[in-house]
Amino acid sequence: MADKTKASGKLDELKKGPYPSFVKEIEAAAETNKMAHDLIGQLELSYDEKLCHWKHGGIVGVMGYGGGVIGRYSDVPEKFPNVSHFHTLRVNQPAAWFYKTDALRKICDMWEKRGSSVLNVHGSTGDIVLLGTTTPQLEPVFNELTSLGFDLGGSGSVLRTPSCCVGPARCEWAMYDTLKYAYEMTMRYQDELHRPYFPYKFKFKFAGCPNDCVASVARADMSFIGTWKDDIQIDQDKVRWYAEERKVDIEDVVVERCPTKCMAWDGKELFIDNRNCARCMHCINVLHLALKPGKDRGCTIMLGAKAPILEGAQLSSVLVPFMRMAPPYGEDEATAEDLPELIDNIWELWGEEGKNRERVGEFIQRIGMGNFLDAIGLEPQAEMVAHPRTNPYVFYDLGKDEEEEEDE
Amino acid sequence: MTAEPAERLTDIGPPHYERFLPPVVKANYGKWVSHEILQPGVLVHTAESGDKIYSIRAATARLISVPKIRQFCDIADKYCDGHIRWTSRNNVEFLTTKKENVEPIKQAVEALGHPVGGTGNSITNIVHTQGWVHCHSAATDASGIVKAVMDELMDEFTNMRLPGKLRIALACCLNMCGAVHCSDIAILGIHRRPPTIDHDRLRKMCEIPNTVAACPTAAVRPVTIDGNPSVEVIEEQCMFCANCFTVCPSMPLNDPEYDGVSIWVGGKVSNARHEPTFSKLAVPYIPNNPPRWPEVVSAVKNLVTIWTDNARPYERMGEWIERIGWPRFFEMAGIDFQKEHIDDFKHAVTTYKTSAHLRF
Repeated sequence: MADKTKASGKLDELKKGPYPSFVKEIEAAAETNKMAHDLIGQLELSYDEKLCHWKHGGIVGVMGYGGGVIGRYSDVPEKFPNVSHFHTLRVNQPAAWFYKTDALRKICDMWEKRGSSVLNVHGSTGDIVLLGTTTPQLEPVFNELTSLGFDLGGSGSVLRTPSCCVGPARCEWAMYDTLKYAYEMTMRYQDELHRPYFPYKFKFKFAGCPNDCVASVARADMSFIGTWKDDIQIDQDKVRWYAEERKVDIEDVVVERCPTKCMAWDGKELFIDNRNCARCMHCINVLHLALKPGKDRGCTIMLGAKAPILEGAQLSSVLVPFMRMAPPYGEDEATAEDLPELIDNIWELWGEEGKNRERVGEFIQRIGMGNFLDAIGLEPQAEMVAHPRTNPYVFYDLGKDEEEEEDE
Repeated sequence: MTAEPAERLTDIGPPHYERFLPPVVKANYGKWVSHEILQPGVLVHTAESGDKIYSIRAATARLISVPKIRQFCDIADKYCDGHIRWTSRNNVEFLTTKKENVEPIKQAVEALGHPVGGTGNSITNIVHTQGWVHCHSAATDASGIVKAVMDELMDEFTNMRLPGKLRIALACCLNMCGAVHCSDIAILGIHRRPPTIDHDRLRKMCEIPNTVAACPTAAVRPVTIDGNPSVEVIEEQCMFCANCFTVCPSMPLNDPEYDGVSIWVGGKVSNARHEPTFSKLAVPYIPNNPPRWPEVVSAVKNLVTIWTDNARPYERMGEWIERIGWPRFFEMAGIDFQKEHIDDFKHAVTTYKTSAHLRF
């Protein structure tokens, strides 16, 4: 067999250029690691043949968990025996991806010894992805990870590893504590994360403001997007400073870009009609030293986003227009204390009635949002729709009401 | 093997984040008041207390080796008291309270081959999937195309001279792992031939009712082959989604000749100005051409160029296209509008033009 510690042929081309080279990364790992060595070999074959060489399937895992490990086998093990097993482990990242080097170094030492020395930092859902090890190594890897204080993330029909933006750790726009909620929800639902009880996957993502740096509206079954209810805070001196010192054309790039046209600028003062502000963040993003979100803060909860499998991609839609995420909690408003019950109700209904491999967004489409709200005990609100129905075929169920009256 | 812990730990969850937060973050948690971009890739955040934290952001390839992580750790130990973080787009960030550390960190990271940038109105790192490195359903490679595209667009990572933010994502099959369905430019691996069926393996590996139920167009039907239960595919009903393959490994769609790449435009996830929106099809098909996919690179470059030359300040790709209209976009991009551009699945009717608002 040719020496594949170094890439050659087509892959060699991908070592050139200014952007970091993944080929160089695998090569660096291959200097001391046989699995990385054979990974280069198999990848070169894929580049030559324009064909993927990983087999689909193979259920492997660690004891007591139904997720966190993805079985992977080469379809050319005779050529590349060191990647004949090449299983992935997903490791639940710390909230907002902050690390200390001592912890990272220990994971590196473990993975150099027990795996391929190659990893993803991070996978699309947010986990650290350890790329490639053998079946006998799975338990030892897991035991070393837990002894370092880490645990596996989700895969399959489970609660997938929750993730969050940098939030209050380093951002002035965090409308609630995204790290706290990502951590606490991960801990509360450890059983649902490790053991597949659901019809299909379910994701939480916590974004601190409507800029949505974790793409929760597109990628989470349940999206938590920070927002505020009261007026945008304005420092008029700073607005004038932007206009005069930074030469920002406020009329053009702020007022004109406002989606609800709720702003006016007379060259001296910026006026905002806050009742008509849609909380889009644009003016705050541009004039961030002059404008700040209001002080009455919480989040909007949206439900149902997913990629195309199976009925087409969906964005999340509004479920709770405003939930207060930190005390003091007032009367008659949704608060984070309602969250566990809300989530239980959704999971119970979807778990009971959802079809195999039906995401909650598709489930809602099938049974109807109105029925879904009835079943989980939420009142319909105009904020939940882009516009009311246009079709006149309404499923009235008067008979049911009469029956209920008779029961009373 | 090393000795195993006396008690097998499970369900411990991730480490508490407080274990890893820099002291300046703990002291000013939730009390940051402003930020500034000092130069591309270098941010400073200021807290109510007046404390500052500098963040130096650099691109990584997402796929990273143990030796490289140790090199990053060396930099973080030397300049950042051992604190390091990653962003949601696979950039690494070095965090320090000392302004004098900014330039040394920048030089050290760039010396490792990791350009500093990705802030403000730039093209930040591409979010992408596994591709041929580790996935079974990949219709194209992920890391290779990302490398080739970013090599070409690197100046837009290290500068902030674009009209607005530009987010690129890549998924190596229609499952669209990653926010490909909502990106300014999305590169998507596609299959174009129906699955090939290995009846012998299918009999042993797959549940036939599940496999039949997996097909969104009812193209997969139960059938008896040589006296054994199996499935057949009505080829003209197949749209190559590969959902049958996901539940039944004996129905692969990978095809070296007909697989390839499509390019989508105009999606976004942020609420700024226009509402979050899906990416729409721009280029239906480009053949796989490893190692550097030059046709894909030039198509992406072309889209970036026409947007840069024509968009107004802060207008994202989709906002610009909406303003000028799709016919003009296709004209400016030099892309022939074809049958493939017209949707024919579940939500198709919502995508047709239902007004006479046309520009000539």
